[in-house]
Amino acid sequence: MKGIDAFKELAPLLKNEPTVLANGYISREFFNVTDRKENFYMIGSMGLASSIGLGVALAQPERKTLILDGDGNVLMAMGTLAMIAACAPKNLMHIVIDNEVYESTGSQRTLSHEIKLEEVAKSVGYKQGMRVTRPQDIRPAYQKLYQAEGPVFLLIKVEPAFDASQGRVTHTPEEIRDRFMESIAG
Amino acid sequence: MLSSKIFVEKLQGNGFDFFTGVPCSLLSGLIAELEADRKAGYIPSVREDAGVGLCAGAYMGGKQPVLLMQNSGFGYSLNAFTSLNLIYKIPVLVIMSWRGCGGKDAPEHIIMGDINEQLLETSGMEYAVLDENNADQVLATALKKIKNDKVPYTLLVKKGLFDERH
Repeated sequence: MKGIDAFKELAPLLKNEPTVLANGYISREFFNVTDRKENFYMIGSMGLASSIGLGVALAQPERKTLILDGDGNVLMAMGTLAMIAACAPKNLMHIVIDNEVYESTGSQRTLSHEIKLEEVAKSVGYKQGMRVTRPQDIRPAYQKLYQAEGPVFLLIKVEPAFDASQGRVTHTPEEIRDRFMESIAG
Repeated sequence: MLSSKIFVEKLQGNGFDFFTGVPCSLLSGLIAELEADRKAGYIPSVREDAGVGLCAGAYMGGKQPVLLMQNSGFGYSLNAFTSLNLIYKIPVLVIMSWRGCGGKDAPEHIIMGDINEQLLETSGMEYAVLDENNADQVLATALKKIKNDKVPYTLLVKKGLFDERH
């Protein structure tokens, strides 16, 4: 499964949930599949999608909140997994697109071929930690986790296959913030 | 000396309602006050950059956050400030202890203590040095920066300003 296949499965499942997207190809690829005002495209600050998502989830406890993260981002901020588990927001879903490489910088390997990140999440205290490897498994896994009490973790294993001809996010950072905040406030 | 309790009340009185941080002994009284106050809901951050991210998310979710850190954590969080807060215009009140101020401290604090103000200025982070008498004034400035300019604002705290509890 390519990352784009995972996004095409995921995108129709999303409603109005605030969604924080990791930098690099995750933001770019998802932007090209479905641009929505609830998407916070984090273009810099690698590693912080998870802490930003936690902040949103804590500030808006009644709203289901998603983090669409990458393996490199999660490995860079493994301590944040502990913060999420300790704060235990029931409304937080953490989805990781795991391609085992830093793809946007030339596909240097991460450590997620050896390290099972969903096991790390479970052992640190997430209520659930699941892994899927086939596109047809994404929808049922997502629906199961959506019904569950958070924080929950879903790892989607993909192959590195980003189409670099795809454009970057065209909104300015301030536009991204404004749309995102309006979608939460409205 | 500035009372930690009174300063926390001033923060809350000015609408700050989300608190996180990584500790410093110079801020130990403040953190103890926040931990004792259930409605403050103080969250221990594991790293200062994670605290920056947490506050950014909380801000976008409608909170008015405060991040406490030692100046050593400014190094860790510099990229977060420059590639998140300053370009998206996401404000946060940073309460930063000024270890190494005046060159009198443990060796690991001397260089950051020496460049603390320059580093804030160079990176476009506006700040004020908090003292016994200017709390209301600097908080008013901070609120203006946060609400109008939507930028982070930092209060530097020297040793001895707050009661220490450790």
